[in-house]
Amino acid sequence: MSMLEVKDLSIHFGGVKAVQNVTFSIDSGIVYSVIGPNGAGKTTLFNLITGVYKPTTGEIKLDGESIGGKSPNELATRGVARTFQNLQICMNMSAVENVMVGAHLRLDRNLIKAAMRFPALKRRDAELREEAAELMRFVGLDKYVETRADAMSYGALKRLEIARALAMKPRLIFLDEPAAGLNPKETIEVDHLVRKIAESGVTVVLVEHDMKMVMNLSDRILVLNYGKKLAEGTGEEIRNNPDVIAAYLGAHA
Amino acid sequence: MKKNAYFGLTIVIAILLVLPFVVPNSFYLDLAVRMAINAVIVLGLNLLIGFAGQISLGHAGFLGIGAYASAVLPTHFGWHPLLAMGAGAVITGALAALVARPIFKLKGHYLAMATLGLGIIINIALRNEAQWTGGPDGMPVPAMGLFGFELTNDKQWYWVVALLLSVSVWASLNLIDSPFGRALRALHGSEVASQVVGVDVVRYKVAIFVMSAVFASLMGSVTAHYVGFVSPNFADFFHSIELVTMVVIGGMASVYGSLVGAVLLTALPQALATFEGWETVVFGAILMLSMIFMPKGLVPTLAAKFGKGD
Repeated sequence: MSMLEVKDLSIHFGGVKAVQNVTFSIDSGIVYSVIGPNGAGKTTLFNLITGVYKPTTGEIKLDGESIGGKSPNELATRGVARTFQNLQICMNMSAVENVMVGAHLRLDRNLIKAAMRFPALKRRDAELREEAAELMRFVGLDKYVETRADAMSYGALKRLEIARALAMKPRLIFLDEPAAGLNPKETIEVDHLVRKIAESGVTVVLVEHDMKMVMNLSDRILVLNYGKKLAEGTGEEIRNNPDVIAAYLGAHA
Repeated sequence: MKKNAYFGLTIVIAILLVLPFVVPNSFYLDLAVRMAINAVIVLGLNLLIGFAGQISLGHAGFLGIGAYASAVLPTHFGWHPLLAMGAGAVITGALAALVARPIFKLKGHYLAMATLGLGIIINIALRNEAQWTGGPDGMPVPAMGLFGFELTNDKQWYWVVALLLSVSVWASLNLIDSPFGRALRALHGSEVASQVVGVDVVRYKVAIFVMSAVFASLMGSVTAHYVGFVSPNFADFFHSIELVTMVVIGGMASVYGSLVGAVLLTALPQALATFEGWETVVFGAILMLSMIFMPKGLVPTLAAKFGKGD
């Protein structure tokens, strides 16, 4: 059975139909990419599935259970993580604290115990700090552990978002353009990182403009254009699909 | 949070221990008590404003509820002062939660407007319910009895308040560097990012708002017993602004900044006594100037300048 099923999903912002009747499903353990020209509705699709937007119509099912319209924090409890195309980093915190926030749901969040500095809480926090530092090593940010987030480079922050998402120990992770704005060397590093994440058993859904990376990593690809599904299939199928070629290169290509 | 965050606490405690033995006379001891009381209120308010990024313009209203609970309940109903204090805190907490829940469902700074209105309503109620509150003239507050002996002189009060302040600083430091505190700071930094990692944003905002309101109420009760008299001015809009100014001047999201802000702005009216009637203008000017030249507040600005962690 597929892990995520999306059926006839649509959202309208006034007269703008940002996503229209999109249907697809994602099997557990694969890398699934969503591509399409700018404004095709890729990020909107992510926002719909991760609960940031509520769908106008349609159905989203995770493990057969409907999750359409649930809030992001409810989805987080079901092991859905994501990163953002436009960075969403807490600049008022250190890098490692940003990652630690990712583990929010796995911690004792009691206010009284926190204020009274319960030893069990402090111990767990110390363990978590190690865990978070380990995750930062995993994404290649070892030297930034104690750095303030607002003192880090764009490329490093992109990876910090991935580390925070991984701190949730998710089953399904949505990466929204993890390589956008990165130089070629950094892009290759992110490529390797996404592969490592997939190999660790997490299902990856990827939005990315870097076609080399998409073709390299993806088991299946969904192509969106003007909010509609244009094609879906393996990299080979997509590469040879005339509609896709037309959308990307123009009709007469 | 750096490990040396608690080092500041030992300095605070050291100052608190030495202070009563070096102050020249009871006027300064009285000032110290008022500073410490304000410092506790501002700590609570800073958790809300500086750490969680939510603004309350009605905190004096919550102070007022605490203060009047401690005045009215023992005077008219013969309640024990501690019980009255607790009742004030419960009423404040319930009211804060009632207001905050619907407000936080909205995005943006609606809390500022809602608390502004709430503070004014509380103040009007205190002025108008003259048969209970003495109206605009205020009313006397019975002495606070603690475990058999009465708190009467300034020295006793000083030690009580010093203890409260030390515990509050300690608890605030603990809170900030905990899963709860990180969630608060995260929703300030990026609301959507904190949501997708599972932070129930509305719940956390309500929790910290209620907590800071209850802090204010409890300290309102303490002030009422200490001063021995309450008046509606205590709960008016200007006092709310004064508290916010203390947070901003000292430094948002800085525990020690809260203390510095409270100490400076409690001392200021004494220093500005010659400007009688123009204090408000001076307060406003200070807030403006500090926003222009030290938008991060005194303590964070100085800490950055001298390369020391907060």
